[in-house]
Amino acid sequence: MKDISKSIKKVDSDEKATGKAKYVSDIKMPGMLYAKTLRSEHQKAKIINRTYPVLPDGYYIIDYKDIPGKNFVKIIFEDLPVFVEHQVNYYQEPIALVIGPDKLKILEILEQIIIEYEVLVPKYDYVNSVINYHFKKGDIEKAKKLATKTIKYDYETPYQEQLYIEPQGMIGYFENNQINMIGSIQCPYYVKNALISILDSADDYIRVEQATVGGAFGGKEEFPSLTACQLAVAVDLIKKPIKLIYEREEDMETTTKRHPAKITLEAYIKDDEILGMSSEVGIDAGAYIGLSGVVLSRALIASTGAYTIDNLEVNGDVFLTNTVPNGAFRGFGAPQMLFAVEMFIHHIAKEIDVDPLELRKKYLAKQKDATSTGGMFRDPIIMPEMLDLALKESNYKEKVKQYENDNSYRGIGMSWFLHGCGFTGSGEATHIKALVKLAKDKEDNVTILIAAVDMGQGIKTTMRKIVANILDMPIEKIIYNNPDTNLVPDSGPTVASRTIMIVGGLVARAAKQLKENWLPKENQVVSERYKQPEYIKWDEEKFFGDAYPAYSWGINIIEVEVDKVTYEVTAKEMWNVYDVGKAIDEQIILGQADGGQLQGIGYGYLEVMQAKDGKIQHKNVTDYIIPTTVDTPKMHNYILDNPYPLGPYGAKGAGELTLVGGAPAIALAIENAINKKVTKIPVTPEYIMELINNE
Amino acid sequence: MSKIKFKLNNIAYTIEENPSVRLLDILREQFDFVGVKEGCGEGECGACAVLINGKLVNSCLVPLGNVHNQEIMTIEGLSETKQGQILTESYSKEGAVQCGFCTPGMLMASHALLSENPHPTEEQVKIGLSGNLCRCTGYNMIINAVIRASKDGEGLW
Repeated sequence: MKDISKSIKKVDSDEKATGKAKYVSDIKMPGMLYAKTLRSEHQKAKIINRTYPVLPDGYYIIDYKDIPGKNFVKIIFEDLPVFVEHQVNYYQEPIALVIGPDKLKILEILEQIIIEYEVLVPKYDYVNSVINYHFKKGDIEKAKKLATKTIKYDYETPYQEQLYIEPQGMIGYFENNQINMIGSIQCPYYVKNALISILDSADDYIRVEQATVGGAFGGKEEFPSLTACQLAVAVDLIKKPIKLIYEREEDMETTTKRHPAKITLEAYIKDDEILGMSSEVGIDAGAYIGLSGVVLSRALIASTGAYTIDNLEVNGDVFLTNTVPNGAFRGFGAPQMLFAVEMFIHHIAKEIDVDPLELRKKYLAKQKDATSTGGMFRDPIIMPEMLDLALKESNYKEKVKQYENDNSYRGIGMSWFLHGCGFTGSGEATHIKALVKLAKDKEDNVTILIAAVDMGQGIKTTMRKIVANILDMPIEKIIYNNPDTNLVPDSGPTVASRTIMIVGGLVARAAKQLKENWLPKENQVVSERYKQPEYIKWDEEKFFGDAYPAYSWGINIIEVEVDKVTYEVTAKEMWNVYDVGKAIDEQIILGQADGGQLQGIGYGYLEVMQAKDGKIQHKNVTDYIIPTTVDTPKMHNYILDNPYPLGPYGAKGAGELTLVGGAPAIALAIENAINKKVTKIPVTPEYIMELINNE
Repeated sequence: MSKIKFKLNNIAYTIEENPSVRLLDILREQFDFVGVKEGCGEGECGACAVLINGKLVNSCLVPLGNVHNQEIMTIEGLSETKQGQILTESYSKEGAVQCGFCTPGMLMASHALLSENPHPTEEQVKIGLSGNLCRCTGYNMIINAVIRASKDGEGLW
């Protein structure tokens, strides 16, 4: 059998490169109206009066009074309103949509609306905890008692903006007695379920389709459900097509971002032993909880990173503040925690005067070790092999000593990390219960029917490749269209590095089933539903057991140079080794690696987003700097096979893994260059100056 | 309203329009050249890049009046040329296309660069494409694609 990893031509490359692929903003419909959002001018205030102007014919204002169902976006908690009713909780919170045929006229109407507020005092500090999770492993009290030294560090991580190049967009229209919604989305069924709830409608009244997605990175996971709900309420009344496309500033100012976090780690030390650790985590949810509880879970579970620490206590809170709600972003809580853990292992090593690399090796997790939540690393861990390769290719050992001792302002940094593949806890088994189908027609073409979205990560190619390989058919005979909820079953959202491992695994099983029961020239449909392996046990209440079915692993090494005068950082070269089980397409995984790494190091040294008095200050591409071609280092990426028995061809998760180690790697490289301890990101020239001046 | 004459993808047009509207909107709305993308609307991301008389510009910053008597080429026009086809192939072979939203603009920038410098070094490619943002690829495969195009398209630029 041929090696599945051997790359093939990406199926959608040409249509995208030639400008033929249709993104939501490219879609036109006869009689289409446009919508613009009326937003709050205060961070926290009661609305005491609204005065709407008399509207010309064909123009509409849609607000909370028009909502047939309950006024919240159905995600996990009933907390995020679709339109503000009586109180705004963050600056720019949506109050109403103004809709009509002419964009300039819509802006005029927006100007004429008068909202009267009674201003309340907003909160921005980490004081209002709405979720608290805590768990322990081993005997932490004993570790504290036996320790002769306690090492404690506070770490801080900032906002990060997804900055998908295609802004948020959605079109709603009425057709065949259905509310139809087409948009730039990651999760067609999240949107569908939210629309059923907001309209209080029957299941078959709603149809959701995915348009070509111009990047997402988590930013189009839960957020689009909000705009879809707003449009659905409008379309249900007006029955005309309505288009809502965000401009860049609106997108950056009002959509979900990576949660800022404050993390305190404490290690209990005797001689050179880490007897135990405690981890105290706070994340800033913004004004509403949204997915923050799940983000916090992933962060807490990553409290010991790639290491095994026998005695552990973990405590974390989700805090509400009067700022824009934060949400899903590639890594989902792990980048914050892994930054802290990776810095901490180095900081401990320095304090107890051992080589950080040796300390890492000593505590590196091994197969059959207990995870932070008392589950088990069941599958082989090939980090030692990955490490040998990374050290050899980068010449890390020699460089790190040299740069530590010379005055070259060059530095090299390394991060080790893992990423739990799929939903945290029992999400797959209890909430999602993914269903996939394959449908064969009389010409023996096979259509993949799943709700997974290709947002650039290449699943249109990899899913087809899996089916084509199993059925031993040319890829042209395998069809995979953008999901349409009228046609595809709910295979779950396109999130959590679950798509290839979980959905692809089911697709592979369905393909095998079809192969075994193949009836030439006949219509056939086969389906497969997710079943949790029996040995995976998770106690949601106690945070105990296997939080994930499998883990992917990685090592990032990066070399930097810090300008001696301006303290500007140049990322020079990077070496990266990954265990993603098995790459379904090598080039696609290498592309994920390149992109994830740059996003990860950008988070670590370049991307500055701050809120002042609850207002986002960096709200356009001029102010919020992301890496460009001249910032990208040369990247050497290596993928080692370590097949996971339940993944298709052994594949595990890959998308998030490539981002989560970037920030600590570059922060440690800068630390190595300037010989100062870095405890927050991004490591900007201003921060470097502060560190160097505070001798 | 003014009469504005221009050549767009090699076809001559005269339109009656407000000369202060954005070229980007005219290309997308009136001519349906939706391969020209709006990413930021402030000339920073390069997704809306087109060529005006062979020079790379962000069409979101160009008032329509500025293109009077000028020649415009969009991705739709470039794709019809040999150079466009070589670039499309090179991007595909190097895996340089992920979400694709920046790609048409990247191709325009690649073409503009190769037209000025048919054999760029890696550093020159980086500088040539530094006005185009991509959030998916980390750029390395894009840079490789341009270098491949300069070889595979030897003599075209």
